[in-house]
Amino acid sequence: MSLLNWIDARFPATKVWNEHIAEYYAPKNFNFFYFFGSLAMLCLVLQIVTGIFLTMHYKPDAEMAFASVEYIMRDVPGGWFIRYMHSTGASMFFIVIYLHMFRGLIYGSFKGPRELVWLIGMLIYLALMAEAFMGYLLPWGQMSFWGAQVIINLFNTIPFIGDVVSTTIRGDFVISDPTLNRFFAFHVVAVPLILVGLVFVHIVALHTVGSNNPDGVDIKKLKDEKGIPLDGIPFHPYYTVKDIVGVVVFLIVFFFIVFFVPEGGGYFIEHANFEPANALKTPEHIAPVWYFTPFYTVLRAVPDPWYGTLAMFAAIAVLFVLPWLDKNPIKSVRYRNKAHLINLTWFAVTFIVLGMLGVMAVTDTLKELGTRGTQIYFLFFAVTYVHSRPQQANYLMWFVILMVSVLFWDFLRYDASFTANQSSLFWQMLLLPAAYLASTLLLPHFVGGANKEKEVPTRVTG
Amino acid sequence: MKLNSFKLLLAAAFLSFAVAPSAYSASGGEPNLDADVDLSDKVSLARGAKYYANYCMGCHSLEFSRYNRVAADLGMEEGDIKPLIFTRDDDDKIHKPGALMVNAIRTKDAIRWFGIAPPDLTVIARSRGGGDWLYSYLKGFYRDDTRPFGVNNLYFSNVGMPHVLEELQGVQALEVQDDGKGNITKTLKLVEPGKMGAGEYDQVAKDLTNFLVYVGEPAQLHRTFYGILTLLFLLVLLVLSYFLKKEFWKDIH
Repeated sequence: MSLLNWIDARFPATKVWNEHIAEYYAPKNFNFFYFFGSLAMLCLVLQIVTGIFLTMHYKPDAEMAFASVEYIMRDVPGGWFIRYMHSTGASMFFIVIYLHMFRGLIYGSFKGPRELVWLIGMLIYLALMAEAFMGYLLPWGQMSFWGAQVIINLFNTIPFIGDVVSTTIRGDFVISDPTLNRFFAFHVVAVPLILVGLVFVHIVALHTVGSNNPDGVDIKKLKDEKGIPLDGIPFHPYYTVKDIVGVVVFLIVFFFIVFFVPEGGGYFIEHANFEPANALKTPEHIAPVWYFTPFYTVLRAVPDPWYGTLAMFAAIAVLFVLPWLDKNPIKSVRYRNKAHLINLTWFAVTFIVLGMLGVMAVTDTLKELGTRGTQIYFLFFAVTYVHSRPQQANYLMWFVILMVSVLFWDFLRYDASFTANQSSLFWQMLLLPAAYLASTLLLPHFVGGANKEKEVPTRVTG
Repeated sequence: MKLNSFKLLLAAAFLSFAVAPSAYSASGGEPNLDADVDLSDKVSLARGAKYYANYCMGCHSLEFSRYNRVAADLGMEEGDIKPLIFTRDDDDKIHKPGALMVNAIRTKDAIRWFGIAPPDLTVIARSRGGGDWLYSYLKGFYRDDTRPFGVNNLYFSNVGMPHVLEELQGVQALEVQDDGKGNITKTLKLVEPGKMGAGEYDQVAKDLTNFLVYVGEPAQLHRTFYGILTLLFLLVLLVLSYFLKKEFWKDIH
């Protein structure tokens, strides 16, 4: 291999290959949830490649954008295929990312020494949301326009400088051609560059500290005489061949959607977006795309627009500090107490319920449910903190503190103008945060079994 | 425990998709009729194209679609579509089959006549989430003397256009029944027959709906074919990659 030697003398090709692939030792007990890292990379590549081809035919011009998308769908050979891959890819990317993040949550992958991996991952998530949001304006349909209108107007609520900020984002006083042009620039150049850079750093950081696993066991503690972790196996060939299976299963789902249900039942491509953007016609029901809806519900849960905006950004920001909230030395949910499992379950269900509420039109019942869901969403982080030291925690005190803070929030939002129906819903659904706090704080206090942690094995299982 | 969280996640995912995005009708509030769209019926599609060109296209263009593409997709020769072309190019020659399906109405005139420019309908079926609303709308006109054109629509309140197909369908009247318990049922009754019987007109509405569903997304005629090929290929690849993984992993315990 003289060519390889020639290269190796000038560039660490073999070294990089070995460090990151062939001699990167990963725990041998990865389960289903560990497919989503490599699948996220696949999504990124798919979006970039299909995006390049779309850019060849798309016109970022308010007069031509909608027509150019239809031109891609009809006159460009294979154009519909490229476009559906891109639109389906966006939704699949978020499904993959949410499962990837959920994996980190249940197995404690965000904890030391992987705090930076989590933080960089959160930045990727932020960049991805910006990327998706700006990409959604480009087809220039009614939902593109009015969805962007809602989000950009959030910046309008910032005290004093809101007007300047939102005008700067739009490049105009209303959403118009300059807005479309700059969103296009961000969507195809700026944000993808940031994304690729962040993904690179995410992986470098991960490979420095090593992968976590479903048992949360540190495999580097036990090594053989050659310094190879006893529970580690080289990423290549073991996880490359395993990830190929994951990729094929993913592609089966992906292409099923692309070829048979490309609109994803109106979730992946919203029906109203087949109507060209019209600044004079507000749609009856503005719903963002599904992957933003949990945060959209949080926004709607707070009546004041500025505080609502703050709550929405706080709902994302609080995820950043997770490594410093959950100080429990046990990583995996497998060995934590039952109350922690219950807590995670509440969180997952709440997140999904918030997401479902965000696509539905507001009624009294759904609005109250959204507010209660928002309360549980934020309480989760406080309860997670309490669960850091289950044996020493003063569960009763925390139950009282958190219940009082819920009641304080309720006191602030309870309004004399509530109708009889609204106020009865208000009281009935107070049961939800109460039940949440009871099952995560009172249960481990009164039932010893629910507070018992299991011993973490020294070697990985299964 | 290992599987618990996974099962829960699956259950939650299924739940969330059980609630479909609210299937809305424009603003009529009536549940849509079932259009029973059948795109494999090429004859119906061709009739739909003919009716569309004759009755609709004067006002509603299909400006993202091309005549020759419609001809090709419906199994016709390019020449067969020529009778449907009425617009002219800059040289005052009748448009070629490769042209976009525009019309000759001037926006200014349209706004003067109707108060609003009649929308392009190329992707109307997609923006309405399928053909049911279109089919209902085409059958939903009834006499309403309070409206400028003397008609209203059960599926599109205070619609801004006249009932162009009235000569075929005839005139319907709205009958409102209130059972006193708050249940209001609205039915339409034919009061002046048109040129066609009810069954014949239903077929016209269906042909038009079929055609508009097709023209909303021409790719749907063949994308499922590529889909089946792709999935078959991936299934074979799945079997191979599964056994490849098994072979590599047999010494890992």
